[in-house]
Amino acid sequence: MLKTFKIGGVHPPENKLSAGEAIVTLPLPEQVIIPLSQHIGAPAVPTVKKGDHVKAGQVIGQAAGFISANIHSSVSGTVVNIEAVTDASGYPRPSVIIQVEGDEWEESILQEAEKKQPSDYTKEEIIKAINAAGIVGMGGATFPTQVKLSPPPGNKAEVLIVNGVECEPYLTADHRLMLEHGEELMTGIQLIKRALGVERAVIGIENNKPDAITHLKQLAAGIPGVEVCPLKVKYPQGGEKQLIKAVTGKSVPSGGLPIAVGAVVQNVGTVYAVYEAVMKHKPLVERVVTVTGKSVKKPGNYLCRIGTPIARLIEAAGGMPEDTGKVISGGPMMGKAVTSTDIAVTKGTSGVLLMPESESQRLPYRNCIRCGKCVDVCPMGLEPYHLMLLAGENMLEALEEEHVMDCIECGSCMYTCPAHRPLLDLIRLGKNRTGQMIRARKAAKN
Amino acid sequence: MSKLTISLSPHVHGGDSIEKNMYGVLIALVPAFICSVVFFGWGAITVTAVSVAACLIFEYLIQKYLLRQKPTIWDGSAMITGVLLAFNLPVSIPLWIVVIGALVAIGVAKMSFGGLGNNIFNPALVGRVFLLISFPVQMTTWPTPQGFATTDAVTGATPLAILKAAMAESEADAASSATAMAEQAPRTMSEILSSQGISMSDMIYGNIGGSLGEVAAIALLLGFAYMLIRRIITWHIPVAIFATVIVFSGILNLADPEQFAGPLFHLFSGGLMLGAIFMATDYVTSPMSHKGMWIYGVGIGLLTVIIRVFGAYPEGMSFAILIMNGFTPLINRYCKPKRF
Repeated sequence: MLKTFKIGGVHPPENKLSAGEAIVTLPLPEQVIIPLSQHIGAPAVPTVKKGDHVKAGQVIGQAAGFISANIHSSVSGTVVNIEAVTDASGYPRPSVIIQVEGDEWEESILQEAEKKQPSDYTKEEIIKAINAAGIVGMGGATFPTQVKLSPPPGNKAEVLIVNGVECEPYLTADHRLMLEHGEELMTGIQLIKRALGVERAVIGIENNKPDAITHLKQLAAGIPGVEVCPLKVKYPQGGEKQLIKAVTGKSVPSGGLPIAVGAVVQNVGTVYAVYEAVMKHKPLVERVVTVTGKSVKKPGNYLCRIGTPIARLIEAAGGMPEDTGKVISGGPMMGKAVTSTDIAVTKGTSGVLLMPESESQRLPYRNCIRCGKCVDVCPMGLEPYHLMLLAGENMLEALEEEHVMDCIECGSCMYTCPAHRPLLDLIRLGKNRTGQMIRARKAAKN
Repeated sequence: MSKLTISLSPHVHGGDSIEKNMYGVLIALVPAFICSVVFFGWGAITVTAVSVAACLIFEYLIQKYLLRQKPTIWDGSAMITGVLLAFNLPVSIPLWIVVIGALVAIGVAKMSFGGLGNNIFNPALVGRVFLLISFPVQMTTWPTPQGFATTDAVTGATPLAILKAAMAESEADAASSATAMAEQAPRTMSEILSSQGISMSDMIYGNIGGSLGEVAAIALLLGFAYMLIRRIITWHIPVAIFATVIVFSGILNLADPEQFAGPLFHLFSGGLMLGAIFMATDYVTSPMSHKGMWIYGVGIGLLTVIIRVFGAYPEGMSFAILIMNGFTPLINRYCKPKRF
């Protein structure tokens, strides 16, 4: 019996069209747009100005505070401008625009990994390298990694859980990374284990990637304290709380962090970035992005520099299909529909999905028939139909009582609703406003 | 390339729809409908057809001319109401009474609350109970199954009515003379039934008197299985009702087998199967969480047996469901799903 999480969940068609396509390095674009806020927390402070010449790997934005991350130039060239540019979320964000000239890297960055063992590095060295490299959670949440690796006092990490679930339909970037860079991942895992001081690491992989499970199991066989945990396919297993539940059987309490049950979760992309940061002194300036869609000519997985406009990725995959009705940054369940193909790849961009026009429009919504299916599928045990009503009436206290802040915005409710009701649209709004209310209340108390 | 669509996630939908669920329920009702035609002949077809047609027409007229909405009569919900109303009627019912029932079901119980999704009480049951109170004679004349036989219909009592009468008889006996009671040969409930020529297998296959859709337990269970496989409903409500009825009537039966019929009799008689599988599970009027479903199902089971055994009516399923429908908002308020 394969492990999985217990409450709710759905089974959207997997559509992993690009699972068999090896990672291809994308040619350098002519220009990159690097937002100074690619993470949760405070935007980085720019350290370059218009006209400056930068090298790949050079810091162009300094982390502003504890929950923030450094931003590096992903290319060599000239800073054309620093201005607000619309990102995937639809908001203008201050960004550094760089005209690409050649491919000159910072001297400190190594092309080959250091001939050292993970045990040669101290905890401090590892965390310092991660901090300097501007690494954030690459599964999409983009939470600064060094914060996760520095548990608050009184909490002790017991297990590192590596997220190789990739439960979003269509996306295959993590899958390919596990297949093609298994050795590096093993090194990265050992480095993070040292940084956390934990004895055990578990790689959670859904059973629809048997090749990755076999490959990593073989690699892990020789390493003490690293194991692979195959999981039953169920969305949203890649959600942090769901994955911890599936792997350890423990439930992270409402409002709590994974560390409350002794767990730290890192996405495989993040682990790879940690490997590069420590062993090659290489900052997070590139990532693997899946470009896919039912009408896409050559769905594939591309290693591209941060700041690359997604139009370049779409060109590489055979161009924009005629029938495209929606361009999504990320997967179909949690990704963001973008306003144009000029937006740039950021640290959290896991995929670019081109949806045909026929699948781009929502059907009109109808009366709630109170079937309770949204309640059945909610992985957090909430009542989406009720939260939607409360959010529509702006009843924030009631929303808080009904634990709207626990919602992980996975979209299972809306995916399931037979009346096609915009459950998550309103719940998101309600959650946002309730969060504001809670923060205002806390601020008033202090 | 056309313009890009911007919307919030999720960008895919599972493809479920109101129609898929409603027509799924109708498919699940087909075996019971076939049985009713086999047992009751053409009458089953006319009563069902008139009931469905009346429900659709009333819904259309009310939506179009009173509420001035776009009519949604093909979503399947009015059809289900029509079929379920018909299934709760005896085959000999005059058709104009069926039309009145449909008007009450759709007009009063459903549309006056705001249509699909907003009604508190199960429309078909409201229609049925309205007819039961307004036309008691026509509503309790039960032709025994004749199939398509051309002979005049023979009316007989339902198993539950037989039991009710027997219980009243023995109580009257006890009141009239204590000595007569002592001399009387003890009669258990199963003996009473077999003296009327009704066996358990008749009840399972539907060869008994009763309303159109309630007689063939096996056909209704087939529909239940279909709805479970299609994931139209979950098992909680029907199983809670069955379990409660078995346990409660079993306790009564153990306490006094002469006075109270056994659990299997209660399970396979009257509208219990039809009610538990198709009426109590109505999306709109039943609780949302599994815990709530259990409370609701146990309540229906208890009330049904109480009304059957101690109440004035031989059958209590309709009343039990309607009473628990009234509790559904309260149950939803206090029964939250298991949180992460």
